[in-house]
Order: sequence, then structure tokens, then C-alpha cells
Amino acid sequence: MSGELLHEGCAVETIDLVKRYPKSPANAVDGVSFAAAAGEVFGLLGPNGAGKTTTVGMLTTRVRPTAGAARIGGVDVMRDPVRARAQLAVVPQQSNLDRSISIRDNLIFHAAYHGVPAREREERADELLDQFGLLDRARDKPDFFSGGQSQRVMIARALMHAPQVLFLDEPTTGLDPAARLFVWDRLRELRDSDVTLILTTHDMDEAALLADRVGIMDHGHLLALDTPEALMRSLEGEGTLELAADRPADGAVVDALAALDGVDRVETVHAAAENGAPGAPPPSADSQPLRVRLYLTGDAALLVAPAAAVLTEHGLALQDVKLGAVTLEDVFIHLTGRTLR
Amino acid sequence: MSAITAPMIEPGTQWRAFRMVLYRDLYVTWREFPAFLAQVILQPLFLLFVFGKVLATLNYTQHGYTNLLFPGLLALTAVITAMQALAFPLVAEFGWTKEIEDRLLAPMPTSYVAAEKVLFALLRSFAATLIMIPIGILILGSIPWRWAGFPLFLAALVLGALVGAGFGLLMGTLVRPERITLLFSLVFTPLLFTGCSQYPWPSLDQLRWFQIVTACNPMTYVSEAFRGALVPDVPHIQPWVCLVVLIFAVGVLLTVGLRGFYRRAID
Repeated sequence: MSGELLHEGCAVETIDLVKRYPKSPANAVDGVSFAAAAGEVFGLLGPNGAGKTTTVGMLTTRVRPTAGAARIGGVDVMRDPVRARAQLAVVPQQSNLDRSISIRDNLIFHAAYHGVPAREREERADELLDQFGLLDRARDKPDFFSGGQSQRVMIARALMHAPQVLFLDEPTTGLDPAARLFVWDRLRELRDSDVTLILTTHDMDEAALLADRVGIMDHGHLLALDTPEALMRSLEGEGTLELAADRPADGAVVDALAALDGVDRVETVHAAAENGAPGAPPPSADSQPLRVRLYLTGDAALLVAPAAAVLTEHGLALQDVKLGAVTLEDVFIHLTGRTLR
Repeated sequence: MSAITAPMIEPGTQWRAFRMVLYRDLYVTWREFPAFLAQVILQPLFLLFVFGKVLATLNYTQHGYTNLLFPGLLALTAVITAMQALAFPLVAEFGWTKEIEDRLLAPMPTSYVAAEKVLFALLRSFAATLIMIPIGILILGSIPWRWAGFPLFLAALVLGALVGAGFGLLMGTLVRPERITLLFSLVFTPLLFTGCSQYPWPSLDQLRWFQIVTACNPMTYVSEAFRGALVPDVPHIQPWVCLVVLIFAVGVLLTVGLRGFYRRAID
């Protein structure tokens, strides 16, 4: 499915989408193209400032593209925003619930704006409140709700008009683990319906767990797009070994590590740039203590001792060791040379 | 990929969305009616009481002052209520509550969301201004009223509310949330006291510079038109001048205000 853009009949489609803000040196979104099929869960993964939210903003008629096109159900969002709005729903990162009315009224008025008949919207509101475990709080105003509860209300509200496409911006950021699992369960249930989910996240677990396909974004570019499995397979390692030393080091150490038996590749890991600000260069490797990730063809445990020996030879002390399987984060590091956070 | 095509919008969808958003605003107002009353009438009520009743009883004001004050306070209520109905909610909704997003994503053009806000501000303004009439009778014993001046009164009321709505739209979309207190002291208060609600404009001949300042405030023309309608014996600006200036002011304020609204609604 990847790489093939159908220009007719996708639930969501962007073509060379560009957003440039006045006074900004770089494009916030810089030529992004992808398409999601009906019923697909599509994840946009990237650090803060990668352009995910701006991309979603353009798809949801709230941000005017500088160039390119965005379509929802074949409808150009700039040319016919009203028709596009009728079939999409947005669950934002920050609560935007109507604070003057109860959460049940929040659901009911949302449906009313979208033309759901009176009786149907009442029934549907009670159904969804029940499903989201909010029935006993139906009459409460949103002010008294925690972040996780507001998130649940907003997802329930979004479903009130049975949208074709549901956009979720960082749906579980800031939620406690239990609330997070609850939201994930509800989203997995949605996956079985025909609703197309567009999910933006900087959480690799969330993307790997929920998304059928993941687009990796950084500095406004879509760097890779495939199923999570295929993206992780692309690194071709069986495991990873992350090493941290006490001091900065030169390239000779990295070369020596790469020469070890069973090491496929070595990536130097930099801390994420400040908020991933577009255009900001990654911090210089020389200024930070050495941190490398080894992509292995064999067993990671067997390589700990030889790798530690290499560091000692170069006068470095080993400070931290992490063994792991390849994750989407490794794919991101491979593509950008930085961690997600 | 399975092919899907978006269904066409049913005719009437946009108007239904507009009506429902208006209904939401009325529903909230109705449920918080005492708060609404306090918000819109407390200020003119106190002005009326202190200037019209207290000062008159203590003989600090001339006989007849109440008659020229009352139309001015109606103008003040009409303009300020419409302004308040837009300015503060808009600053909050665009700035931090983000409540407006759900309405901006409803199936209607962005201009409808702005139009609903303006219409709702007008309704609040009309309600508040009309409530002032029985309150005036209650406090002052009698109020100046002339049915012959009613058409002019009505025209000035609509234009005054529109002027207020235009100001509200402008301020609500231009002012950053952290500047909201500044809005109050730098814009609100001067607007309140340069709108000729407590004095008739021609009498400012003796204070030429202030007369020029007040001529720049559209509220002046609402006050003067109300005086023309209700107390024509008091010297006032010609009603047709008032109406022309007000129509012009409404045009400018709403155009600039709508542009500000668009800028906040769509990035």
C-alpha cells in the first residue's frame, strides 16, 4: 500500500502540502504528501515542532495552506470547507470543551451543529457517555474534569456526528497510565469501525500500537511512510545496544565499535533539539558525553563486554548500557540522528 | 483502498448550524439570567441612580438634567453591552478556553460563526437597553418618551448596537489574552466617558478640545440621536448627521473586525 497515492477515493489525502508562516525562516510543513484509506489508522510521528499539528490543521480547515492540496473524502478543504467539516471531527491536544454547559450538553450541541436530529442526538449522547464511562457525570460542567476525563469527553463529542475521519492530536499526552490505556482501548474499538483515524503523536509506542501505517515527520518533511513493522524491519538489526560514556569522544571510538563482530551500524545519539525547532541544528557531538546506539546482527548481551573494552581502550568509562529490540524510535534516530524527546 | 466520496451537503445545513449555535448562546444566557442582568444593567443603573437621582435630590444638577442624561445612558447601554458581549468572550475563546473551535468546525462558513456572534451581541444589547426603560421609570419616576421619535430611536438603537459589536469584534480578535486588563483601562473607560452619554455634544462649545475628542467616538452619535428622538428640545446634533456617521462607523468597524476574526479563526 505504501508509496501508492490514489488520487480518487481516499479518505484523507495531501499533495505537496506546504505551510509557511510569515517571518518564519523555514516552512512549518514542507511538501508533505500522503493518503489514508477509509478505515485506516494513520499515525504521524515526530517530535514537537515537526509540523504534525500544522498538517492536521490544514486538513481540518483551520490552517490555510501556502501551497499544495488537502482533501477529505475527495473534497478539497480550501475550496469547500463546509463539506469537508461535515465529515471530519477533531480531538485537540488541549481541552476546548464548552465550559458553560454540562458535558452531556457539550455532546448534544455538537451534534446539533452538525444537524443530527433531536431525538437521535439525545440517545447517542447517552450511549457514548456510557461507553466512555461518563454517564454518572453527564450533568457536570467540564471545569471539574481531569485531563484524561476531558480527553474522553472530547472523543465522545467527536463521535456524535458519526464523522468519516477523526483527527486526534497527541491523544494521550499528559494522561496517567490508566487513562492512557482507556483511550487506547476506545481507539482500538474505533479501528474496527469504518472511521479513518489520523493520529499525531510523539509517542512511538502509541504509533506502533495503534497505527496501520506511520509517517515519520521532522522539520516539516515526511521522512518515511510505511507500516510500523516494515519501518522497523528496514533497520535490519536483531537488537540494539545503547552505550553512554562519561566524556565526549572522537570518531575513532565510533569506528572501533562499528568494527566489532556482530555490529551492523553505529548511530551517535544526540539529545533532541530544543523543542525540535525547525531549522535548529542538532547540538554538536563534541560537546556532549559520548552516547551511541549499536544496531546488531546478533545477540546484544554478547556484545556488552567487547564494547565496554573498546571504550576502556579509548580512555572512556562506561556509564550506562541499554539492551533493546528495534523500535520506531530507532527508525527516527536513524532518519534524523536525534531522539524523539 | 476502498473508494469513498463525501456526501453532498444537504440544503439548509449551514443555516441549521448557525441557528443551533445561536440557540446555544441563548440557552446559556437563559440559564444564567441573573448573571446576565447584573452584567448588563448594573453600570447604567448606578450611573442613573447617582447622576439622575442622588445629585438631583441634593440639588447639584440643574432641573432637566435627568432628561438629557437618560437618553445618553440608553446609548451607553446599547453600545457597551454589545461590545462586552463580543470582546471578552472572544479574547477568552480564542486565547485560552478555545471553546470557539467546536463552532468553527461546524458545517458552516467561518463568516457565519462571526455573524452569529454579532447577532447575539445585538440581541443582548436590545434586551439590556429595553430593560433600562422600566428601571428608569422606577428610579426617576418618569422618563422622557416620545412616540414620534420612535423610528429614530429604533434606527439609532440598531446602529448603536452594531457599533458596539464592531468594537467588540475588533478588540476581541486583536487583543492578546495577557493584555485583557489593559483593554479595560485603555479602551473601555475612555470610550465610556467620551460618548456624550452624560452631557449633550453642542454644550461642549465651551470646551472645544473635548468636543473634538468626543466627535471621534461613535457612541456620541448614538447618544445624540437618542436625544433627538426623545428630548428634541435639548440642543443636539442633527439626526441625519448621526445616522450617516453611524452607518459609516458600522461599515468600518465590522469590516476590520471581521478581518480580525478571520485571522484568528484560520491560521
